[in-house]
Amino acid sequence: MANKLISGFLLLLFASLAHAALPIQHWQTASGARVLFVENHDMPMVDFKVEFDAGSARDVREKSGLAKMTSHLMPLGAGKLSEDQVSSGFADIGAEFGGDFTRDSSAFTLRTLSSQRRKAVDLLAAVLDSPRFDEKILDREKSRTIAAIREEETDPEHVAEKAFFSLLYPNHPYGLPPEGEIDTVKAIERRDLVDFYETHYTAGKEVIAIVGDLTRAEAEAAASELSEGLSPDKPLADLPKAPYPASPIVRKIAIPSSQSHILIGYPGITWDDPDYFPLVVGNYVLGGGGFESRLLHEVREKRGLAYSVYSYFFPLEAIGPFKVGLQTKVDQTDEALGIVRKTIDDFVSHGPTEKELEAAKQNIVGGFPLRLDSNRKILDYLALIGFYNLPLTYLDDYTKKVEAVKVDEIRHAFQRRINPEDMVTVIVGGGG
Amino acid sequence: MKRILFCLFCLCISFEAHANPYMETLGNGLKVVVKEDRRAPVVVSQIWYKAGSVDEFNGTTGVAHALEHMMFKGTKKVPAGQFSKLIAEAGGRENAFTAQDYTAFFQELDRSKLPLAMKLESDRMKNLLLSGKEFSKEIRVVMEERRLRTVDQPHALLYEKMMSVAYQENPYRRPVIGWMNDLESMTVEDVRHWYKRWYAPNNATLVVVGDVDHEKVFRLAKKYYGGIRSSSLPERKPQKEPVQKGMKIVHVEAPANLPYLMMGYHVPVITDAEKDWEPYALDVLAGVLDGYDAARLDRALVKENGIAVSVGAEYEDIGRGDGMFVIDATPAHGKKVSDVEEAAKAQLEKIAKEGIAKDELERVKALVTASHVFHNDSMFYQAMRIGQLESVGLSYRDVDVMLRKINEVTAEQVKEVARKYFVDGNLTLAVLDPVKGGSRGE
Repeated sequence: MANKLISGFLLLLFASLAHAALPIQHWQTASGARVLFVENHDMPMVDFKVEFDAGSARDVREKSGLAKMTSHLMPLGAGKLSEDQVSSGFADIGAEFGGDFTRDSSAFTLRTLSSQRRKAVDLLAAVLDSPRFDEKILDREKSRTIAAIREEETDPEHVAEKAFFSLLYPNHPYGLPPEGEIDTVKAIERRDLVDFYETHYTAGKEVIAIVGDLTRAEAEAAASELSEGLSPDKPLADLPKAPYPASPIVRKIAIPSSQSHILIGYPGITWDDPDYFPLVVGNYVLGGGGFESRLLHEVREKRGLAYSVYSYFFPLEAIGPFKVGLQTKVDQTDEALGIVRKTIDDFVSHGPTEKELEAAKQNIVGGFPLRLDSNRKILDYLALIGFYNLPLTYLDDYTKKVEAVKVDEIRHAFQRRINPEDMVTVIVGGGG
Repeated sequence: MKRILFCLFCLCISFEAHANPYMETLGNGLKVVVKEDRRAPVVVSQIWYKAGSVDEFNGTTGVAHALEHMMFKGTKKVPAGQFSKLIAEAGGRENAFTAQDYTAFFQELDRSKLPLAMKLESDRMKNLLLSGKEFSKEIRVVMEERRLRTVDQPHALLYEKMMSVAYQENPYRRPVIGWMNDLESMTVEDVRHWYKRWYAPNNATLVVVGDVDHEKVFRLAKKYYGGIRSSSLPERKPQKEPVQKGMKIVHVEAPANLPYLMMGYHVPVITDAEKDWEPYALDVLAGVLDGYDAARLDRALVKENGIAVSVGAEYEDIGRGDGMFVIDATPAHGKKVSDVEEAAKAQLEKIAKEGIAKDELERVKALVTASHVFHNDSMFYQAMRIGQLESVGLSYRDVDVMLRKINEVTAEQVKEVARKYFVDGNLTLAVLDPVKGGSRGE
């Protein structure tokens, strides 16, 4: 009985500690990696995410696909360990190892029982420090990548995505497909991987996020191990800022499909963009708020023209896209496109109503605890804050900044940043 | 000082773990399962109806899923669109999903908003309007969903055709989303009939996971659901699949660049978590074949022989219908479907003859045991697992039994199931034949 009471009291105390704010600890390892750590002993497990400035934005056109191939090959043989030994090594201790590759970054994730933490970190360190880049494995993986690219040529969603980025980002590395093109993948050689690895996987560019069941001292030891074997920092050029379209672009691609896949877009925002909050909150009303959004209401609820229709801002280092997407039966393409365009135009001209803004705030603010309700979600936020150099108070301030957004700020921000006249439109499907 | 607090906290959690989750059945038959998880001030609420595509009949395939869509189209008290609006304004996320065995609806919210979710969810258990006007729009949305997820996806299309050929009697042969022609001719009356037949408290399980007190949740459940009357449910026929007598082959032509194949073998699922052993041996077999990057299929077909560019093995050990163990693969450039088929069979025969190594067995068990811990990081997943087990005729308590049973599997048992089930007479082979051009559509 006494035991129960004490536990209950501590539980309350703990809850108030944990929910006041996310207690992020932050330091730099001796070799220069930046670490973000949240200590949490609720579950006997630890999550790691190790992220580098080594996404496909670091590719050049002639060898596009190199960045992704490098990250893909790193775990396929490291130091004394063959690719099977790396994979079996993680599996033997029940650890889950994975990758997370975007235009901006290349990350490795590792989830392990806390009792197996040391072995898991040793394996991850080997992958980071001494990838073999075996020639035979490279040949095999090049063939597999080329097969996947061939297959994607018949997938309307993928074809639309690829065309969208190439048209929105001409002469910019964001315009290159992360997986590469058949010819550029063929051109990748072992020494390209080695060069890319040595230039981009450096301790000075490394961000290590850790969440879970370990102490600060244990986290420090793990972070040191995950950074000390890397080369010292080499300077990387800043990415060029994305260009803005000067006139409308409409590209139709006919491949066999029963639906048209439509994407419409414009350069959007960065993570630390001064217009981030007005645009993201405003977009909830336009096409981000699921069943509450204007796009879904107009296209799906009122007319039954699509299953999925949305808009979002995807922030990237050198300005990520604002993107509107839907799929509709081919003979409904013009009707649906007209409605989507009108909905965007209206929103950019007039902004949301007070009532819509209030509803958006209620959802984003009221739902904020759902963004941090698991170790995995916290891990991703730590990595995000670290990688994009956001303030450590980013999460604490988030809801306040959402609350502060006003209707005319949204309208002004959309008018300043999104020009519906000059958007890129891609329509894929209906051929054959 | 802080450290000591944390440790005591852990003790208190493990002390409670024996009772958690908590279960109560209301007078009207609604089963309520609550799992307390206090790591964040949120709650997930899911209601699971034991009504999925297995309960459908020819001519109205897809009706379970169509009704799922219509559940958002209003009641007398809460007009069309209001359900989603009220949940969104409460900071919540919500959606629903339909599967072969069940249909489920869920909300994720701040813990203080649970009463709102229950009020709305209990209202649409009995008071749905089902207007013809809303239905005529929504069924078009469902057809777009079918085009998006199946018609224009050659691999999904192949899976659909494989299932429709592999099963003859068991309703798993019908696609959850329904055949296009059935969707085209579906009426609001079909949907209304379905709703009346299956939407009742005695055909449902309410699962709540999160920062809640189970006693309070039981009280809320009584308040909102307690007044709904139970109904007499139709008898469910077992529709057991007869033993397959010989290999079946199906080809699908679709616009694609690469061929692809699926091999489906009839296998059992868990019907008695404690007594069964074969499904657990099949779980281990799936792990040995495809549970990690260096597992047998990938190592042999992709890495060593270069016969395939990708290969996988999939087995779901629970279900109301009869189980299926599926191997799928994409042949490498210059290799034929038959090369891949033979290579995959050779791997299965090898296990049937020689069994598996001790380190493989231990590795797969380590993976399963660790993932059992990892899954608890997601409250949504915890609720999913409870709802699934309850909806297929097992118990949420079986989670721990199933983990123990997998850990008891022997190498000999894995060999035994490989020998028994992976024979040509029990196989359905589905082949995607790529065609250039040729429009999609139904």
